[in-house]
Amino acid sequence: MSVSLTGSPDPHRDVTVAASLGRRRKRADLTIAVLSWTATAIGLIFLTSILVTLFIKGFGAMAPSVFTEVTKPPGSGGGLLNAIIGSLIQVGLATLIGTPIGLLVGTYLAEYARGSTFGNIVRFVSDILLSAPSILIGLFVYQLLVLPFGGFSGWAGVVALAILIIPIVVRTTEDMLSLIPNTLREAAIGLGAPKWKMIVLICWRAALSGVITGVLLGVARIAGETAPLLFTSLGNNTAQYALNAPMPSLPITIYSYAGSPFQDWIELAWAGALLITLAVLLLNILARTLLRGIK
Amino acid sequence: MSPNEPMPEHIVRSYDEELRRLRDMITRMGGLAELQVADSTNALLERDSDLAEEVVRRDAQLDALEREIETFCIRLIALRQPVGADLRLIVAALKVAHDLERIGDYARNGAKRAIVLAQQPQLGSLNGFTRMARMVQENLQGAIDALVQNDAELADEIWAADEPVDEVYNGIFREMLTFMMEDPRNITAATHLLFIAKNLERIGDHATNIAETVQYAVRGETSAEERPKGDTSSYAVPPPG
Amino acid sequence: MPPLSESPADLPKRNGAFGGLKVRESAGLNGDIRVQVKNLDFYYGDNKALKNINFDLPDRRVTGMIGPSGCGKSTLLRVLNRMFSLYPGQRATGEVLLDNRNILDDSLDINDLRAKVGMVFQKPTPFPMSIRDNIAFGINLHERLPKAAMDERIEWALTRAALWGEVKDRLNASAMGLSGGQQQRLCIARTIAVRPEVILFDEPTSALDPISTLKVEELIDELKRDFTIAIVTHNMQQAARCADQVAFFYLGEMIEIAPAADLFTAPKEAKTQEYITGRFG
Repeated sequence: MSVSLTGSPDPHRDVTVAASLGRRRKRADLTIAVLSWTATAIGLIFLTSILVTLFIKGFGAMAPSVFTEVTKPPGSGGGLLNAIIGSLIQVGLATLIGTPIGLLVGTYLAEYARGSTFGNIVRFVSDILLSAPSILIGLFVYQLLVLPFGGFSGWAGVVALAILIIPIVVRTTEDMLSLIPNTLREAAIGLGAPKWKMIVLICWRAALSGVITGVLLGVARIAGETAPLLFTSLGNNTAQYALNAPMPSLPITIYSYAGSPFQDWIELAWAGALLITLAVLLLNILARTLLRGIK
Repeated sequence: MSPNEPMPEHIVRSYDEELRRLRDMITRMGGLAELQVADSTNALLERDSDLAEEVVRRDAQLDALEREIETFCIRLIALRQPVGADLRLIVAALKVAHDLERIGDYARNGAKRAIVLAQQPQLGSLNGFTRMARMVQENLQGAIDALVQNDAELADEIWAADEPVDEVYNGIFREMLTFMMEDPRNITAATHLLFIAKNLERIGDHATNIAETVQYAVRGETSAEERPKGDTSSYAVPPPG
Repeated sequence: MPPLSESPADLPKRNGAFGGLKVRESAGLNGDIRVQVKNLDFYYGDNKALKNINFDLPDRRVTGMIGPSGCGKSTLLRVLNRMFSLYPGQRATGEVLLDNRNILDDSLDINDLRAKVGMVFQKPTPFPMSIRDNIAFGINLHERLPKAAMDERIEWALTRAALWGEVKDRLNASAMGLSGGQQQRLCIARTIAVRPEVILFDEPTSALDPISTLKVEELIDELKRDFTIAIVTHNMQQAARCADQVAFFYLGEMIEIAPAADLFTAPKEAKTQEYITGRFG
């Protein structure tokens, strides 16, 4: 069959059919638009009501003593200082332990194990870990570090949080390294660089801001985790930061205070919740700014 | 590669059409040049001044065609950046157009002289001219055919066929010298005839040039040999009277 | 080094329709051979991508490689510095002699080889660091230079790459801030800073605008005084402009190799003719 290359196959259009099709198009267009707007509005209503409640109650409870005093028995005031410091220590140590491991695993996946079966398995396991309920991690570390060593400890909390941050760093590292064009690698190799120099001096440098972003997002994630700490560092109402004993942390304090019948504890819980939210928000903004720098 | 195999078409079809048009233009110009040479010779042989004037008038068409071909080739080079066989064809077209224009000039010059000669008494039989004109026309036609048909073998034949023309020319040269020595009143007619013969010989040379151009255009290399030449008139001296 | 163009005394006698120009003898490719490729076959897994390639890279000459996509020309380039050995499943058999040593021999130090055979890629590949560090990176891989000598080498490389004037006041600025054409010249500077013998160009201007392209071509012409150059290009005019000899590849075979002037005026093979004149089926 030969088709004419010039002109349209059938230049005659039925005007009434075209008009009715046009009306249908407009109706469908309107329906989808209204549905999308409604869904967005519902989502926004919930989100803003959470945030508004949090900000009103949180700011209401905010006082200098929150940052200067440690937790005290109900009715005697007190603050969240020990919980804040405990959280900083645990999150900080977890990040210090988890980041290098995650970075190296991500590097392995992106640079050494591309397309290999073992690499695919590692990636799969890491992805499962990424989406695993955090309470499972807590239980696992409880079995591993709490029961055998006869008690809750800061270390156990650190390990649980580290396990949580590793898959996040693995994923972002691998993604960022995969974004690097192969020609950049070949350019380094082409100058006579051994592979490790190519990775350390070129690839890591090229992926640096992306990896930092991933770490920041990971920190934001573990800073708010409560479940894994319940079974590991447990919490502690004194200014006691030994890593081999139960250790205070903000999420745990919020968890226990918010459920208590005491008004001043409940208020402190709101203040703590606002603190964590602001910290996570800050980390996210920071990460996004960095990410925008990459693109 | 085998030169006479037809080449596949260009991916860009308009390029093929342009090259075809170029060949057509050359064919047209070649045909016109042949006609000019034929009419110029006929005007001489039949003492037909009207025909001679027609030849002189028509020369402008050849000049116009040469300019047209030149412009077209320059356009092709600028827009298509031709390489390989295409480049050789286009360059060949430029050169051939120039050869044909020169051939037209010689024909016109011959026609002008034919007008003068028509007023003069007939000098000899002009048999040599008939022969020479026929050979030159055949060569010219062959050269144009070779170009249009991409036929290097035909070009080889034409290239080698110029020698007999030179021989006839040498004969005419001697004949005219003799006429002039016999009777000084013959000098005007004989000189004009001598120039006409020289013009025909030059036309033959240009036909050979065209054949050489075709050889290069088709094969991509020029013939290494020196062309056979038979024109010895440069060394001729009048026989002692 | 003998000049490429003939001196008037060497000009053949003018005869024939084209003045008897003997292009075939005039390209002057009778210098030393720097790289010799013998019976080279190349495989991507079971797929044979190069079939029995034999040719030479003459010393301090530009060899152009043309052909349709997938014809094997880039593959061949990547054999010359063994870039292919980065990827599992790719292998080459035959001989590639650089200074009479077979570079396909596993005992050869591959990083030394790459110091001798530099490569410039299709897209500019500046490293995410300062202009100075980009140049220093390659040098530091192979040499320990005191600072003064290093600065001198950096200036030399940037000057040879016709970039010094444009960047001398911002050597510590990031290389990512340079324009595409400047980045490509930076990559060339980075390559020559290692002082290789051979430079491979893999479509070096396909991502550049026409003016940057001409600058790179001018640079290649300038670099061939000191380096042996192989350039893969899709732009036939570029091969015609830059290369002393041009090889045409098709379906993994080298169909024809000839001085550029011959290949583009009177190719010997019908396939070459069809490709360069745009008659490919």
